[in-house]
Amino acid sequence: MSLLEIEGVTLKFGGVTAVNNLSMKVEEGEVFALVGPNGAGKSTVFNLISRFYTPVSGSIKFDGHDLLQMSPHEVPSLGIARTFQNIELFHQATVLQNLLVGRHRHRKAGLVPQLLHLPSVRAEERAHREAVEEVIDFLDLQPYRDKMIAGLPYGVRKVVELGRALASKPRLLLLDEPASGLSVEETQNMRWWIDDIRRQMGITVLMVEHDMGLVGKVSDRVLALADGAKLAEGTPAEVQSHPAVIEAYLGTSAISKTADAKGART
Amino acid sequence: MRFHFKTTYDDDIRLFIDGWKLFLYGALLVLMLALPWMIDSFYLGEANNVLIWAVCGLGLMLLTGQTGQASLGHSAFMALGCYSCVLMMQAGVPFIIALPVAGVITGCIGALIAIPALKLHGVYLAIATLALAILADDIIVLLEPWTGGVSGIVPPDIVIFGYVVNRWGNPTEWYYMTLVVTLVVTLLYRNLLRAPLGRSFAAVRDSEISAQAMGVDVARTKTIAFGLSCAITGLGGALMGLFAGAFNNETFNFLLSIQLLMMIVVGGLGFIHGAFLGAIVIAFLPQLLSIVSDMMGSGVAIPGLESAVFGVILIVFILFEPMGLYGRWLKFRVFLELFPFARKDMFKRQKSYLKTERLR
Ligand SMILES: Nc1ncnc2c1ncn2[C@@H]1O[C@H](COP(=O)(O)OP(=O)(O)OP(=O)(O)O)[C@@H](O)[C@H]1O
Ligand SMILES: [Mg+2]
Repeated sequence: MSLLEIEGVTLKFGGVTAVNNLSMKVEEGEVFALVGPNGAGKSTVFNLISRFYTPVSGSIKFDGHDLLQMSPHEVPSLGIARTFQNIELFHQATVLQNLLVGRHRHRKAGLVPQLLHLPSVRAEERAHREAVEEVIDFLDLQPYRDKMIAGLPYGVRKVVELGRALASKPRLLLLDEPASGLSVEETQNMRWWIDDIRRQMGITVLMVEHDMGLVGKVSDRVLALADGAKLAEGTPAEVQSHPAVIEAYLGTSAISKTADAKGART
Repeated sequence: MRFHFKTTYDDDIRLFIDGWKLFLYGALLVLMLALPWMIDSFYLGEANNVLIWAVCGLGLMLLTGQTGQASLGHSAFMALGCYSCVLMMQAGVPFIIALPVAGVITGCIGALIAIPALKLHGVYLAIATLALAILADDIIVLLEPWTGGVSGIVPPDIVIFGYVVNRWGNPTEWYYMTLVVTLVVTLLYRNLLRAPLGRSFAAVRDSEISAQAMGVDVARTKTIAFGLSCAITGLGGALMGLFAGAFNNETFNFLLSIQLLMMIVVGGLGFIHGAFLGAIVIAFLPQLLSIVSDMMGSGVAIPGLESAVFGVILIVFILFEPMGLYGRWLKFRVFLELFPFARKDMFKRQKSYLKTERLR
């Protein structure tokens, strides 16, 4: 059984079919990349897994659990964490507090013990902070630890969002364009982090990414989407050289132009 | 500038970040305890009033400052706290039991009302809760057999362990009682902020969508916030009614809700200090106005002057000082610490990047 199984899922927004009869399987321990042109439906697939949207048909299973039976806030309790394409952090809180929200699914104390700050709550807090501190070390966030998100540069926010997802100790990590807007150097770091997340932490990664260089380096398998439907699936090299993918990226005219050019030469 | 070298996780959890802060707040507490010997009973009454407002303000602060939900209905919950406490006292329940139970009752009813109301957002929520505040007046009149309706209630004396606490007879004891309630509420508030629930409040305030993606049940969290907020405001309302010595359907007028909201905005949204600074402004502004109009020698009170001045202050703060008085103090402190290196744009809020409205 695969970790994540999506079967024949379709989602429509009014007249737009954002996801069209999509089936895919993500295996435990791999890095799986979703690629495709703008508006292909990649983020929508993430939002379906997060249960922000309900598909008109199809099924989504995680580790045997039927995700369609759950509400959005129950999904993380299975061990699914995510980042957002447009960075959704808690702006008026510090980096540390943001990462601590990532620990939400591990909280145990009830309302009254929290109000009274009983020793059990204190012990739990220490455990949360220990876990978060590991993430801070891993992502080199020490300089920003007590800073408000509202004043941080874009690149740092991206890392904080990754950290918040990691703090929840997920089994499956969904990264929506982890490298978009990052500098070359920051993208390099992101690459090593994704490698380590998979190798050292044993977390399965499903990511959306436009940077094919990064996709080629970190992912085991790639699935190309266009207009909500699957175009091709396979290793990064296979997908990149797939004619349907080249066509979707460059447009039909590009293909026919290269064909024309070839024709003219002969 | 002080640097904090943190060596244990408790450094981030404890109430006071360092010995200096502990000393400062300790000194403040000693000052508050010594106040009855330093000022006459009139000003002690004013100080008492400030603390009562601060308790009510902390209630609304929890909802608006911490969780990001506006409410203009909190005067109704002040009334609920007050009537339930006094009715229990009249039925012979000892005050030290009646007060917390009144808080719990107000909290539970607040949470029940929150379940449908919190489906609304922003200004719609404000309007719905305002309707509640206006309705409260009629409900009090309708329930005349219990509430005394228009003629109101004169509450029985507060008796704590056989010891009578009367506003006129024992102002010092009254003040200490309010101080204890204020300290307890502030401590509970602080405990909340350093626990998972307080962080999920902030998460809901700043981004509902990613709060959900982290496993926060948004509806439930808002309901708990509303309930806790009402409970605290109910306590404040009970103290306010008891302190007034008599109250009726008009005591907890909806204007009180608006004053409360203004108070926390002026004080500084999202800060405990903000509730206290706002309370000082609210409690002393009427006197300041009367002193000023006396000096101007007009002699006659201008009707509606107070509300007008409150309104102007609110607008000025929203436009120019959205972080309130406490925010202004924080900026001033950073300026002193960094002098002469402080930059003007240091507190400018950065635009959030590429925020889409696709997912609300
Ligand atoms: N909430 C929504 N309401 C209506 N249409 C939507 C909504 N969300 C997405 N869409 C549409 O669904 C399609 C897929 O959008 P999606 O955001 O999934 O694309 P994407 O592959 O993530 O693109 P990008 O690379 O630009 O992020 C687009 O045509 C988009 O306009
Ligand atoms: Mg997208």
